Amino acid sequence: MIVGEQKPFEEIWEMVKDHKQLTVFGCNTCVAVCHQGGNKEAGILAAQLRMRASQDDVDIEIIDSGIERQCEHEFFEKTEELVQKSEAVLSLACGIGVQFMATKYEATPIYPALNTTFLGDVPETGVFTEKCQACGDCVLGVTGGVCPVSRCAKRLFNGPCGGSTTGKCEISKETECAWQLVVDRLEALGRLDTYEKVMPLKDWSKDRSGGPRSFKLEDF
Amino acid sequence: MAATVTGSKLERVLKSGHQAVTSECGPPRSSDPAHIKEKGELIKDHVDSINVTDNQTSVTRLCSLAACIHLKGMGLDPVLQMVVRDRNRIALQSDILGAASFGINNILCLSGDHQSFGDSPQASNVFDLDSMQLVQTVRHMRDEGKFLSGDEIKVPPSMFVGAAANPFGDPFKIRVPRLAKKVASGAEFIQTQCIYNLDKFEKWMEGVRARGLHEEVYILAGITPLRSVGMARYLQKNVPGMDVPDELIERMKGVDKKKQSDEGITIAVESIQRLKEVEGVAGFHVMAIEWEEKVPEIVERSGLYPRPQID
Repeated sequence: MIVGEQKPFEEIWEMVKDHKQLTVFGCNTCVAVCHQGGNKEAGILAAQLRMRASQDDVDIEIIDSGIERQCEHEFFEKTEELVQKSEAVLSLACGIGVQFMATKYEATPIYPALNTTFLGDVPETGVFTEKCQACGDCVLGVTGGVCPVSRCAKRLFNGPCGGSTTGKCEISKETECAWQLVVDRLEALGRLDTYEKVMPLKDWSKDRSGGPRSFKLEDF
Repeated sequence: MAATVTGSKLERVLKSGHQAVTSECGPPRSSDPAHIKEKGELIKDHVDSINVTDNQTSVTRLCSLAACIHLKGMGLDPVLQMVVRDRNRIALQSDILGAASFGINNILCLSGDHQSFGDSPQASNVFDLDSMQLVQTVRHMRDEGKFLSGDEIKVPPSMFVGAAANPFGDPFKIRVPRLAKKVASGAEFIQTQCIYNLDKFEKWMEGVRARGLHEEVYILAGITPLRSVGMARYLQKNVPGMDVPDELIERMKGVDKKKQSDEGITIAVESIQRLKEVEGVAGFHVMAIEWEEKVPEIVERSGLYPRPQID
């Protein structure tokens, strides 16, 4: 899923404080799982903004609302009127939702309340970790199910580098060495011999390096 | 003597059967070339070739290529260190051609320290290739006379190709297989991480010999003299992939502070003397970091001087 983190409150306030009306708009799927951008968080953030407006004696009407997903047209039906009437929207979606709304409502300023941080999983409650960078050419089949692109700080295809120490990455004792994990996993699978195959140069044209990516289902 | 394929002096020394001695110079954080030339002057008679580091520890410095050109101009044999952290395959191939155009005949292919260690932790890193793929790239350019794209290189670069090895990185069990991968990628010489844990290094070399890798690649053992017990402690605690045994720290601690640097030199000399006898050690890479003036003493006391004169 897509993981995001709320921006510092001051940064949000600076973006929105000059409007007379603001809709704080949650996105209740990915970023709700990490408790940063769901409809509940939209309600909390709206309350904080109202308090700040009151403290600073700023005249701004703040409404909170939200939908299931801000990245598809069909989810907007119920809130169409609300958004149309809004002077500005503070979106708690990831960068995708913010852009989707900015395209959909071309005359309405849409501000991001979140920093979209990574594509990750939830290994335990309240913990989110990066697992994919959408490089467009998955190699998990040969690396034992451990992604070197997103989990190695140097995205090495023939790791580990010399900085791997007791299973940790050279950048931080908190960060696992992806290549230690690859080796452990290959060993567990009885495939450690495949470690010695030199992985070829990566085709990064399938990554963001090749420009914005899209694909179209021809049958639709 | 085995046939040489490049104009590299390092290659000639190794293929003539001598144990080679290399050292390194770190370029200055300035546009003044005097510093690098002085360092070259200090060590030139005691080493065969001189590595020039490439923005080591991710701190921005005068570029390795330019510093190599200065050393080449003094008649020395520089080893261009090149990291894949800061350059994509276009820039790497371009710099290889540029270096070769100045007669620089050695390259050491590295991944590079992560930028978070240096002066620009906000920088974007590149890592288009990894170090092994850079080794493959240089060999492809030299031997096939082609760019990665397949296009012809009219005058291919004449480069003796090296890589690094860290016998002390984890997991230990893949450190010999990892060397085998570098050899399979086309590495012709290896310069190792600084060796302080000699027992572990010798254990690694046993594994290297068991696979016959020492006959496929020239392994230069990395030696860095300790200047103080503080340095030893720092390396042990703070430098990932560095193995400084407690006994060595105790030994440094047992010496009067003023004499600790002498003790560090003695330890380096003793290490070289012991490792000279290890089958498969083809030479030494003496990295006296910002202490280049001590290289001649270390080389002489280790019995590696005079250096062979080979044309």
